[in-house]
Amino acid sequence: MSEEKQVFKDDSQLRQKTMIADHYSRLAAAPDTGEKSVYTFVPGNLTELIRNFDLLPVLPEINALQSAMRGKSKEYIAAAEREGHSEDVCTYVKCDVGMKRAGNVGPTGERLPDPDLLLLSYTGCFTFMKWFEILKQEYDCPVTMLHVPYQGEGEITDSMRKYVVDQIKQKIIPALEKASGKKFDIDKLREQLRRSAQAEDDLVAVLESAKNRPSPIDAYFGGVYYIGPIFTAFRGTEQAVDYYRLLNQEIQERVRLGKGPVTPDGEMKEERFRLVVEGPPNWTNFREFWKMFSEEGAVCVASSYTKVGGVYDTGFRHDPDRPLESLAEYCLGCYTNLNLPSRVDTLERYVREYQADGLLVNSIKSCNSFSAGQLMMLREVGDRTGVPCGFVESDLVDPRYFSGSNIKNRLESYFQMIEQKRGGVQV
Amino acid sequence: MSANRILELVESAEETYRDMSLASVKAWKEKTGGLAIGFMPIYVPRELLHAQGVLPVGIMGGGDDLEIIRGDAYYQSYICHIPRSTIELGLGGQLDCLDGMLFPAICDVIRNLSGMWKFEFPEKLSRYLDVPQDFTPEMGGEFYKSELLALIADLEKRGARPYDKEALRASIRLFNELGGIVRDLYALRRASPWKVPTAELYCLQRAATIWPVEEAITILREYHELVLADETRTPMDQARVVLAGSFCEQPPLGLIKTLERSGCYIVDDDFIQVHRWITRSLDVEGDPLEALVNGFLFDAMASPTRYCGDKTKGTELVTRVETAGAEGVLFCAPSFCDPALLDQPMAVASIEKAGIPWTAFRYSENNGQFQVIREQAGTFADSIKLWSGV
Ligand code: SF4
Ligand code: SF4
Repeated sequence: MSEEKQVFKDDSQLRQKTMIADHYSRLAAAPDTGEKSVYTFVPGNLTELIRNFDLLPVLPEINALQSAMRGKSKEYIAAAEREGHSEDVCTYVKCDVGMKRAGNVGPTGERLPDPDLLLLSYTGCFTFMKWFEILKQEYDCPVTMLHVPYQGEGEITDSMRKYVVDQIKQKIIPALEKASGKKFDIDKLREQLRRSAQAEDDLVAVLESAKNRPSPIDAYFGGVYYIGPIFTAFRGTEQAVDYYRLLNQEIQERVRLGKGPVTPDGEMKEERFRLVVEGPPNWTNFREFWKMFSEEGAVCVASSYTKVGGVYDTGFRHDPDRPLESLAEYCLGCYTNLNLPSRVDTLERYVREYQADGLLVNSIKSCNSFSAGQLMMLREVGDRTGVPCGFVESDLVDPRYFSGSNIKNRLESYFQMIEQKRGGVQV
Repeated sequence: MSANRILELVESAEETYRDMSLASVKAWKEKTGGLAIGFMPIYVPRELLHAQGVLPVGIMGGGDDLEIIRGDAYYQSYICHIPRSTIELGLGGQLDCLDGMLFPAICDVIRNLSGMWKFEFPEKLSRYLDVPQDFTPEMGGEFYKSELLALIADLEKRGARPYDKEALRASIRLFNELGGIVRDLYALRRASPWKVPTAELYCLQRAATIWPVEEAITILREYHELVLADETRTPMDQARVVLAGSFCEQPPLGLIKTLERSGCYIVDDDFIQVHRWITRSLDVEGDPLEALVNGFLFDAMASPTRYCGDKTKGTELVTRVETAGAEGVLFCAPSFCDPALLDQPMAVASIEKAGIPWTAFRYSENNGQFQVIREQAGTFADSIKLWSGV
């Protein structure tokens, strides 16, 4: 906790903590207050729509990663494997199953409510579909599914957009109406989307601040905190607008003062390496992992993981004038829903625009959506940009697959490689 | 005499599918001047390709014949084997005779492979064939139709014959016929598994993804007639099992033979589902494109790759066990196969509820050692026989 205080000293961070804690308290109180909850996923989440009906979103991936950060995931995964879940599959799913068995206690130590609706937003990951099929067996509640086609050819076609919009209209909204007992309010949705776009503007400004030297933020390890509210339960809320405004002000102030990012060891004094990172982080040893970078003066200036819940830095914004269409485009545009050539283009652009010294892949055992093809992506980005590319492996929430010494060795060699490439000249 | 001919047919099938150089495809191309397009498991609407004069060619991985040299530099150790052998085949030039590849939407590995193909083989057609997980005609149906139209346009751009309704009707008739024969063989195996050993059926089905459909029909029909008439094939005391989970990466033939030798009659399975994916003959009267769409929406097999909606997972497997008169289930999935392995606990729950015995193991297409599986399957078969006698 004391370490955490060092990191969370900005007002925005304190505000985020309060927002999240309040949300979990509301969820915990839901059985008494009568508020209803909807379980859904981060990529392609329809938070504005869910909140349009005054329903509370619950995101199983967030529960899983929080469980890992609290050191609970090991026992949860073991419980799921004892029940017959394979050691080969995504550990988020197993962590979630195990958490349910242990009483569905959320990150604040309070029990999460059972869902009133399972809203399967099937975007960018096949496992989501299976995960919700598993949850459907666990809970006695309706389930509705939004199938979001993959951008196989690197574009959103009219038929893809129409397919998603039609499903939102004909399946998702009726299911939300039924679960909440309330009518869909399009004007309220427009308002929500206006607020989403505002927060998205600020989020992009925050992420793009890393183009400065030194970068005032770490866009991977620090980035996961920045995306927290907008990727989870708060997009489209006034709280999110306020939070991102405040965050952006703080970051711009850091830019003005020429400050580096805040890391687990306090403020980074010297920026030695600027990296683009592909792949999700490890959650079981999050701080240890981060420190392997910060101790070497390595700052992550851009990351793909901070785009899984929405890609905003290419100009997409939720659009109050095209509410359902823009929700559809949002879902279709999430990072893991992009084909590999688009992902490579994105990483190449990051290396160039953020003047990175290298691309590092953190390959996650659990996650075929991210990981399958990463070795080729790495070579391709390396060939196009000429920067050294590095590769480490870990897992999201299964501590068995985090080998600290191994990763540290690899990172040290990688940083040496970057230095050699510079001809021994240090920044 | 007929035994020799059966052997000949099966051997030629095995030779065809094991031939990594795709000699039969090259010969077909030389003869016809047509395009050949590879497709990965599970299902693509081959009728559409055929109607445009294209030869659909099933690419089901490299099996146990292929040495992986480059493929491992493309995939981490925790990803299944089929994408690395497929990329190995591509990089090794064995797939050069193909004008493109189709990657059906069954999992993230195949999905991402479609993008890798675009990088590695930019001159070839590489298309991810998305399929709906919404099964209403006005939503999923419309979307699927637009995917098929995009595929048609892509094939035309590559020089395939323009789309023609009548041609598609004719192709649907042919694939209906092939599907019918395969279903008949499955029915015969359910009724008399000693007549249709799974290793044989497997080789024939596998080759039937490579042979032109007309040839596949002739060969499979001949095989059907021969085994029906073969009096030397007589029942043995074997346990009847359904084998589930092997729908994408295929087990080595040696594994199938091992299971049969260990005392199991496989009376239903998930191999090479492309022939059986649509569970009945498609309509040939109305709009043939609609027929393909409707077949996919309403008559496709239940599969871990297909959203189960309101249905209870595993119900279909229980029905298959009952229909096949099976006594147990072998869950036989490729290592690291997300769809199969995420599905398995749900399917297990259903079959346990129905009181059906089961066992599970994993494989890789290039496994060469079957001792452990042999013992496991043998023990399972013995236990079934023991209990069925009680
Ligand atoms: S496979 Fe990857 S994207 Fe999918 S649920 Fe698991 S971690 Fe998330
Ligand atoms: S074996 Fe399974 S995980 Fe691998 S490509 Fe096939 S369906 Fe996907």
